[in-house]
Amino acid sequence: MATLELGLEEDVSAAPVRPARRLGALFRLAIGWMMLVFAVAILADMLPLPSPTDMDMLEKRAPFSFEHWLGTDGFGRDELARLVYGARVSLVVGLCAPVIGLTIGGALGMLAGYFRGRFETFVVGSMDVLLAFPPLVLALAVTAYLGQSIFNLTCILGVLGIPAFMRVARAATLSLARREFVIAAQALGATHARILLRELLPNVLLPLLAYFLLVVAVTIVVESALSFLGLGVPPPVPSWGSMIGEGRESLDVAPRLAFIPAIAMFLTVLSFNLVGDTMRALTDPRQGAL
Amino acid sequence: MSSGVLLSVEDVVVDLPTPRGNLRAVDHVDLAVGAGRTLGIVGESGCGKTMLSRAILQLLPRKARPSGRVMFDGQDLLRLPAEKLRRLRGRSLAVVFQDPMTSLNPVLTIGTQLIETIREHLELDLAEARQRGVDLLAAVGIPAPEQRLEQYPHQLSGGMRQRVAIAIALSCEPKLLIADEPTTALDVTIQAQILDLLAREQRRRHMAMIIITHDLGVVAGRTDEVAVMYAGRVVERAPTSALFKQMRMPYTEALLAALPKLDAAPHTPLPAISGRPPDPTRPLKGCSFAPRCRYAAGRCNTEKPSLSRAETPGHLYACFHPIETGAGAVA
Amino acid sequence: MMLQAAPDPLLRVENLVVEYAVGGKTVHAVSDVSIEIARGETLGLVGESGCGKSTLGRAVLQLRPAVSGKVLFDGHDLTTMQGEALRRMRRRVQLIFQDPIASLNPRRRIGDIVAEPLVISGVKDPGRRSQLVHDVLSAVGLDPALVIGRLPHEFSGGQCQRICIARALVLNPDFVICDEPVSALDVSIRAQILNLLEEMKARYGLTLLFIAHDLAVVKAVSDRVAVMYLGRLCEVGPSEQLFARPAHPYTALLIDAIPVPDPDIRPAETVPVGEPPSPIAPPSGCRFRTRCPRADARCANEVPELRAVAPGQFAACHHPLV
Repeated sequence: MATLELGLEEDVSAAPVRPARRLGALFRLAIGWMMLVFAVAILADMLPLPSPTDMDMLEKRAPFSFEHWLGTDGFGRDELARLVYGARVSLVVGLCAPVIGLTIGGALGMLAGYFRGRFETFVVGSMDVLLAFPPLVLALAVTAYLGQSIFNLTCILGVLGIPAFMRVARAATLSLARREFVIAAQALGATHARILLRELLPNVLLPLLAYFLLVVAVTIVVESALSFLGLGVPPPVPSWGSMIGEGRESLDVAPRLAFIPAIAMFLTVLSFNLVGDTMRALTDPRQGAL
Repeated sequence: MSSGVLLSVEDVVVDLPTPRGNLRAVDHVDLAVGAGRTLGIVGESGCGKTMLSRAILQLLPRKARPSGRVMFDGQDLLRLPAEKLRRLRGRSLAVVFQDPMTSLNPVLTIGTQLIETIREHLELDLAEARQRGVDLLAAVGIPAPEQRLEQYPHQLSGGMRQRVAIAIALSCEPKLLIADEPTTALDVTIQAQILDLLAREQRRRHMAMIIITHDLGVVAGRTDEVAVMYAGRVVERAPTSALFKQMRMPYTEALLAALPKLDAAPHTPLPAISGRPPDPTRPLKGCSFAPRCRYAAGRCNTEKPSLSRAETPGHLYACFHPIETGAGAVA
Repeated sequence: MMLQAAPDPLLRVENLVVEYAVGGKTVHAVSDVSIEIARGETLGLVGESGCGKSTLGRAVLQLRPAVSGKVLFDGHDLTTMQGEALRRMRRRVQLIFQDPIASLNPRRRIGDIVAEPLVISGVKDPGRRSQLVHDVLSAVGLDPALVIGRLPHEFSGGQCQRICIARALVLNPDFVICDEPVSALDVSIRAQILNLLEEMKARYGLTLLFIAHDLAVVKAVSDRVAVMYLGRLCEVGPSEQLFARPAHPYTALLIDAIPVPDPDIRPAETVPVGEPPSPIAPPSGCRFRTRCPRADARCANEVPELRAVAPGQFAACHHPLV
């Protein structure tokens, strides 16, 4: 009558249950580039770089040289220094804004997906209103009222990201809340807070984080676009978008002034997208089990 | 029987590369089905029975590597060009899957799917094809077939959908029908009806049939021959009545014994098979069933038994310590 | 109406009605069901998919709100309980599901999953928690040391079901509802789990409600069996008696439909009995009448009451077979 399966020895001998995943060279390159951008942005003050705002009117649009590795811009400011400090702005806005969206949108989405009913209708409805609001008009209105600053810009972009995060979190929660392990927790007498935090959150978090990386990429582009239009960070603070915008005026003489920040942004956005996509593919914990 | 062999599977191996290593889903399988006969393939999940049927139909996953020969009507299906194969499937070779909800296209009406299949393989005009569709639906026991043609799969119950799937499979008078767990998704009362329907249509059309199932009860009264699969191999093969009279392979016996019986008293402990099937990516050196087998001894763990003949004609088993005749009948 | 004169039943369901809306239509999932389960008994509940057997199981736990009726567990009416009182009661009733893999949170380790009921019920001492988890995992036949650090996807279906059983038993409940606990498992694993449930029942002194569609499985574990059809009880009786002499034509149909693994018993060409109607618009009178060979005008007009047909055996039929 003994039906024991006491040993799992066969499994133990087959120890490396999770085989090393082949992530590919592209993924590694993307991670490498992201780490480089983060490192220079964080260490910008410690790097032996000239000030990004010091103008040298004698050396306008200077070519590459030992003194100015990437030359100077139309006001004689060191292009490399501006690129590095610009990375700071791009990353601060690009990371902080989605964090706002992730926390508020994620929480709203999980609550809406779990409790359903009138609360869900209200949340989804108000998000639709927010989505319908033209983002450029919102940005214009806020900057006109509160002035241009990195903080304001981050808040605008963050709020605009809430609906998308809400949708991702709600969809994930809706499908999970019907799963039996959630019903099992209810049957055990778990409180709603416990079910949301212990059962649902770990499962919703990974799709949200994968989506987060994609939104970071989009936010960097949007920040650049707003800065390009003069709605982003106030000059003379460098940002990749404003650098492209300023470089536009000298496209015929020194196209590199627009292209160098554009390439930096292109590579960064591409890296975030690649990493985000790979993470989404790895979201399912069962993938490793065959 | 050799003259009337319609399908013969000869030494078929299917390998699937996985992240954990090579998975041998089907391991040197030989089978034969005569015209108008019924073969039952029995096994638990992961035993390779479905992969074997996919190999016969040449519907294997892209990365699968099959070898061996699948002779159908004088042609080797493994080496047939794609276009010829496509015409053969549906026309001479038909299949019914476990879940009729996923095997029917949800956005097309029953009629469209049925009539298209008929017209693809038979040279009939629309009106003739439609009439044939109505006849088929009536034949598989669907009430008001004319109206059903206009309905979508989701408007039918599970049993009705499976009947439609059978009608589509039968539409071109196939020589061989492969039914892969045709009743697993259905309730018992519906299961009996669907199995009766398959048996009736088979007799009427003199069609060969392969029933793939995990349920020995489904196979018992409705097949001529049974093949029992375990860990990718056929471990016992025999005419149905011979098999149930005298099982030689301990796995087959244990599988039957583990079924709860209606005539047993409540709370009778079931003679369960301990453990679980081996990891298909790490094949054992000896008999795959040895770790779970109560007769296993000596060379069972070091050598793979091959299929050998029993006294009864047509009865084959792969075991070094077969259950002796007269002894150890079903517990 | 008393179905069994047990003096002090552990669970008593009285005239329970559960209805819910699907796409604006009302599904009559459970209609006026009354049943009792004595302490230490296993009651099998069988029926085809959509007959309301799972809904009944969940309604007992108040996971589905009842429209009317009572669920008396150990004398307390669960339908009127709320909040903390209900949560405390639920700890004495546990649930085991059909899909063992889906009922384990894929991102939590087995040790945490099995300890969760203890955390919820306020066992604060981690040492005691881990002791209880170890004990219950060994009891269900798993090696705690090898299991607790792993994630559910590393286990097979049968092992996951053992883990689910461990989670259900760790609080030492009185009553366990098993909702199709073996229908997703292979035959060889199914027998292991059925035996394990029987062992656990003896060891923990459990009372079981065993819900399944497979009569042979239900018979193997049940003292009494209740047959449900389209939200109503058709027949209740001691297992042996019910299988030997079914009184309700539906019970007889179910028994006849089971494929028997014996080639000498040629499956009878069954009378075509069609398919169950939708629970959205169940037939009037006896709900089985549309598929019943014995149905007449009375069956269409009058709902049959459960009546005693033999000692301990009750059938809701105007024309019972015995």
